[in-house]
Amino acid sequence: MPLSELVIFILIKAALAVVIFALWMTMVPVMIWIERKVIADIQARLGPNRVGPFGVIQPIADAVKLIFKEDILPKSSDRVLYALAPAMLMVPAILAISVIPIGGTVTIGARSFSLQILGAYKSPGLTVPELDAGILLVLAFSSLGVYGVVLSGWASGSKYSMLGGMRSSAQMLSYELPLGVSLLGAIVLGGSLKLTDIVAAQREMGVWFIAPQLTAFIVFFISGLSETNRAPFDLPEAEQELIGGYHTEYSGFRFAMFFMAEYLSMVTISALAVTFFLGGWHVPFFDVVWLGPVWFAAKLMVLLYIFVWVRGTLPRVRYDQLMRIGWKAMLPIAVINVVFTAGIVTWAPKAGAVYLSGAGIGLAAVTFGVISMVLRVKIGRSVDERLRRVLGRRAEGEAAGQ
Amino acid sequence: MLPVGYYIALSAFIFVTGAVGVLVRRNPIIMLMCIELMLNAGNLVLIAFSRQNASMDGHVFVFIVITAAAAEAAVGLGIIVAVFRQKSGDIDMDKLSEMKG
Amino acid sequence: MTAELVVFVTMGAVAAVTAAAVVISKNAVHAVIYLVINLFAIAVLYLALSAQLVAFLQILIYAGAIMVLFLFTVMMLNMTGAIEMTDDKLSKQKPLALMLGLLLIAEVVVGAVGLLNQPSAVAIGEGFGSAKEVGNRLFFGYLLPFEITSILLLAAIVGSVVLARRKDDD
Repeated sequence: MPLSELVIFILIKAALAVVIFALWMTMVPVMIWIERKVIADIQARLGPNRVGPFGVIQPIADAVKLIFKEDILPKSSDRVLYALAPAMLMVPAILAISVIPIGGTVTIGARSFSLQILGAYKSPGLTVPELDAGILLVLAFSSLGVYGVVLSGWASGSKYSMLGGMRSSAQMLSYELPLGVSLLGAIVLGGSLKLTDIVAAQREMGVWFIAPQLTAFIVFFISGLSETNRAPFDLPEAEQELIGGYHTEYSGFRFAMFFMAEYLSMVTISALAVTFFLGGWHVPFFDVVWLGPVWFAAKLMVLLYIFVWVRGTLPRVRYDQLMRIGWKAMLPIAVINVVFTAGIVTWAPKAGAVYLSGAGIGLAAVTFGVISMVLRVKIGRSVDERLRRVLGRRAEGEAAGQ
Repeated sequence: MLPVGYYIALSAFIFVTGAVGVLVRRNPIIMLMCIELMLNAGNLVLIAFSRQNASMDGHVFVFIVITAAAAEAAVGLGIIVAVFRQKSGDIDMDKLSEMKG
Repeated sequence: MTAELVVFVTMGAVAAVTAAAVVISKNAVHAVIYLVINLFAIAVLYLALSAQLVAFLQILIYAGAIMVLFLFTVMMLNMTGAIEMTDDKLSKQKPLALMLGLLLIAEVVVGAVGLLNQPSAVAIGEGFGSAKEVGNRLFFGYLLPFEITSILLLAAIVGSVVLARRKDDD
């Protein structure tokens, strides 16, 4: 293998890495602005509109403010871990974008490579296949993000930070399971762990996987909300007002790193949902390469808007309710979905898109319908009981008072 | 692939480090971690030989060893938590020789 | 000076140093972090040995879940190293352990000298180490151990729930 081939390979991969990383990082200020404007809209107010037209420079103003704030180091903290913890949260969030394909295969002369940092590369002297276990890399790095949370809580040196950190990390750990298991259904339909294969499977089947895997998409979305500590599961941010979350003792740029990491993982989860359930970068009728990333970005923005919409709409969930939902509802539903999908793939392998979609939507209707019926009956019954108790006591009181 | 002796040497070093750690340290959690080190060293050799002989049996074995290590760590830590709840403050591992308590 | 040698030397050095650091470190939280770095280095070595699935499983399960469990326990029980202050029961326990360790390494080296003239590695196919291959081997050759492992996990779950319960609960 000639050295020039290797050099060109490294150059192309480095350029790809820089471009994709830059795209992801620019999503962070965009997300900050969108979030503040959309939530303001939902709450019937204006949102930032002083800094620049429609407040578009607001994120930059926030960043500048945070950079110039004083960097306070608490005395009773572990210095090294205190400094490392935000990095341990950000680095896995950034590394996870290395397997997400934002476009198809680009062919320049004799070389072709796919628009994915750890993607396939073919040239006359060097063939590098795509990483075989693409989705596992993302899941592995999102489980490494737990360290950042728990270590930042501990290294702050205050009991409330530590408790907040442990709570938040327990929440992240609990929802990693439904996150992974809900993706399994799409992996079974796609037949491979590689992300480009999943996009290709959606292209071949002619339908986005959201239809055959509607339950999985709902479970994935809810688990993604909880993984990234977004509302309605944003207890660590609420604890900040009440007691103190894992990032109370952080100020200045370290604090900014926590929020950058949160937005980055939100964008990563949305990108995963787009790849697995919404067809990825594949454009239906046109075959132009540069249209792929644009289409991908459009779907990504829709999902990010829904993330912000959910934050502005739903009230916060209590911690025990959160854990109960994760273990008793999300995980069993995800497992039922995998079993159902595996059953269909085994016993009806030639099933067409319509059949699969119908089965998927039917399963979603059945599981979520059953759950809501059970909940309505349970909650209804408990409300009835309470009413009966209150009314009974009042009747007793009247009878005794007479 | 590098000669398999390199991987055996590294794995032997990590294994012996774990073994010496179990013998020398007295903190129960660090002892459990040294046991995990030994398990890891074994895994490394398994994968190296699996690559050497182009057989997947080593991978399956490592898969099951990782699972067994997870189960062992969970139960071991549960025991440590249960023991520590009884006695407040630190305990000496050498004194934990009775089953009663 | 192939790429594999470079990866082996760097990651092997990291793994060896962090393994020693786990044993030497006085602070339990630091020891957990060193072990996580060690697991990472070994996962990279697995990648160098074409074991893709096992490498990511190691990071996902071992470094990402088991070590977090260790970290939780250390933080909850707040053990940061005062335990080592008690006296040795037998005198000179530490030097004896070190000597035995060196003896063990010598034994391994002597035993492994015979293994140094292995035939060179058999060529591997393209899907070696992928999830498909591991799954094939697991479910078509080792189905019984797989099922027994799942029962083992069930036992571990039940056991840890029982152990962590307080006495006055029911």
